[in-house]
Amino acid sequence: MTLYTNLKNIFLVILAALILSACSTAKKSGVIDGDVYTGTETVEYLAAGVPDRVFFATNKSSLTTASRATLRKQATFLRKNKNLNVTIEGHADERGTREYNLALGERRANAARDYLMTYGISGKRISVISYGKEKPVNPASSPIAWSQNRRSVTVKVN
Amino acid sequence: MKKILYILIINTLLSVKSYALIEIDITRGNLDPLPIAVSPLHVDIKSEEFENIKVRELGNKISQIIENNFKNTGLFNPLKKEAFVQKPDIAHLKPRFEDWRLIKAQALVTGKILVKNEKLKVEFRLWDLTAAQEMTALAFTTTPSNWRRVAHIISDKIYERLTGENGYFDTRIIYVAESGPKNQRVKKLAIMDQDGSNTKYLTLGNELVLTPRFNPTNQMVTYMSYFRNMPRVYLLDIETGTQEVVGNFPGMTFAPRFSPDGKKIIMSFAKEGNSDIYTMDLESRIVERITEHSSIDTSPSFSPDGKFIAFNSDRSGLQQIYVMRSDGTNVKRITFGKGIYGTPVWSPRGDLIAFTKMHKGRFFIGVMRTDGTGERLLTENYYQEAPSWSPNGRVLVFYRETKAGTKGEGFSAKLWSIDITGYNERRLSTKTDASDPSWSSLLSK
Repeated sequence: MTLYTNLKNIFLVILAALILSACSTAKKSGVIDGDVYTGTETVEYLAAGVPDRVFFATNKSSLTTASRATLRKQATFLRKNKNLNVTIEGHADERGTREYNLALGERRANAARDYLMTYGISGKRISVISYGKEKPVNPASSPIAWSQNRRSVTVKVN
Repeated sequence: MKKILYILIINTLLSVKSYALIEIDITRGNLDPLPIAVSPLHVDIKSEEFENIKVRELGNKISQIIENNFKNTGLFNPLKKEAFVQKPDIAHLKPRFEDWRLIKAQALVTGKILVKNEKLKVEFRLWDLTAAQEMTALAFTTTPSNWRRVAHIISDKIYERLTGENGYFDTRIIYVAESGPKNQRVKKLAIMDQDGSNTKYLTLGNELVLTPRFNPTNQMVTYMSYFRNMPRVYLLDIETGTQEVVGNFPGMTFAPRFSPDGKKIIMSFAKEGNSDIYTMDLESRIVERITEHSSIDTSPSFSPDGKFIAFNSDRSGLQQIYVMRSDGTNVKRITFGKGIYGTPVWSPRGDLIAFTKMHKGRFFIGVMRTDGTGERLLTENYYQEAPSWSPNGRVLVFYRETKAGTKGEGFSAKLWSIDITGYNERRLSTKTDASDPSWSSLLSK
C-alpha cells in the first residue's frame, strides 16, 4: 500500500516536472506569445525570407507587430512581382461555432489584405476567402494546434 | 436525483370509466416511463406480395419501429414481446385487458395490415388497459413502399393521444455527412429518417458543404457550398435535385435559414471582412439589408411568427445573442451571462430560443426565454453546437465533436439529441460521422 502510494507520488512528481519543462521549453522557444503563435513549424514561404502566413489571438483579427512585419515582407515581394496575384485564406480554430468562425476567417483575411493595400498593393491583386474552421493545418486539439490554425495564409494564384 | 421527469398516471382504482385514464406529462422529466405493449400488426392472409417487400414480416417490422420510436423518447417503456399473451389478430379485435395488465402493460397498441392491389391498408388501435377501453383508432391507405412512414405516423398518433402534443416521428433530418482525416474532411449533404433509416446523399463530396436547413414544406434546402471555391448560399430542391446560388452577392454568403413562410432566405453576407444580415425574397429576388454594423452579425433565425429575428453578434466585444424586429429595428441584446453565446434558434412553439454557449473552454447547449431570461443549460461537453428543434419544440438535435490527438486521431463528429427537460440525451445513429443537423417539420401534415 505504502509502496503503491510512494510510486504514485513519484509518478506525480515526474509528471509535474514533465509538464513544467514542457511549458518552459514552449516559452523559451517562443512558440506562443499571449495566445498568438510565433513559431515557424507550419509556415511556408512565398520566397526566401517571405513567410506566407500570420497568426491571430483567439476571437481576434488584429495584426500583431510580428504579423505586420511579415505582411510588409509580403508587400515588398508583391511589389517586385507585379504580375503575381494572391488569395488570402482566413482561418479560425475549432473552438468556436461554425458560422461565427466563417465570419472571423473573413475578417482575418481582410485584415491582412487591408495591410498589404496600405503598403501599396492593389486590392485587385488580392482576393480573400474564408474557410472558417474547416481547414485546420494542425488537426490536434491542443492550444498550440489552435494557435497555428488561427491564421491567414497568402497563396499565389498565378 | 433524476426524478424531475415522471409520468403522470391517474390512479384507476376509482374506476372512472368514462374517460381515458393514462396520460403523459412531457413537460417534466421522466422517472417512470409508461409501460406499453406494441403488438405486432396482424398481416391479413389475403395480402399479396409487393415488389421486394416481405409482406409477411411487415406487421412485426412496423411494430419494432414503433417500439424503437417510443423507447427513444424516454417517456415509454416498450415491453418485451415474449411476454405477450394474445395473438395479434385477436388482441386487435378486443384485448383481454386483465391478461395484458398481468404483464404490467398500461397501454396496448394493436393493428392490422393488408397489402392488396398495390396498396397498403393499415388500421391500428390504442387501448387504455387500466380503463379497459379503446383510446384512439385510425385507418389509412398508402403505397406499400411507405411502410416505414406508416410506423412513424402510427407512433405520432399515439404520442399525440398520450401526451397531448404533436409527435415528431414522421420527420427527417438533413445533415452534413463527414469522412476522412480531420484536416482533409470530405463533407456531403445527407438526409435520413429521424430514426437513422433511409440515408441518402444529396451531394458527392467534391466541394465543401455546410449548414443545410429545410424550408417549412421540407422540399427545399438552403445550405452553404464552396462550389468552384466560391463560398455561397445555395438553394436545393430535394425532389428534382436542381440547385442554384441564392442571390448575386460579390462575396461570401453563409449561415442561411428560411423565413417561417418559406418565401425568404435570411443569411449573412461578408463584405470587405464585415458580415451583416440580409434577406432575399425567393420570388421577387429583392435583397434587403437587415443589420448594418461593423461587427460580425451572423446565425440569424426568425421567430415562428416571422416578426422577430434572433442572431449573434460580437458588437459588444465577444459573441452574444441579440433579438430585433424583422426589419432590423429595435435591436436588443438578450444574453448577459458568463461566457460567449452563439447559434440562436427560435423554437417552433415560439416560447424559447436554443443556443450554444462557450464558457471556460467547455461547450453547452441550452434554452432560454426569448427575452434572455430563464437560461437553462441542458448539456455540457468538450465541443458541441448547432441545436435544431424537433417540430413539436420538445427535443433538440445538435452535433458533438471529440478531442483529437496530436495527429488528429480520436476525432469524431456525431449527432446527439436531448429533451428540453435536460433528460434523455442520446446519440443518433448515422452511417458516417455527422454535423450540422436540421430537423424537418412533420411530413404528413
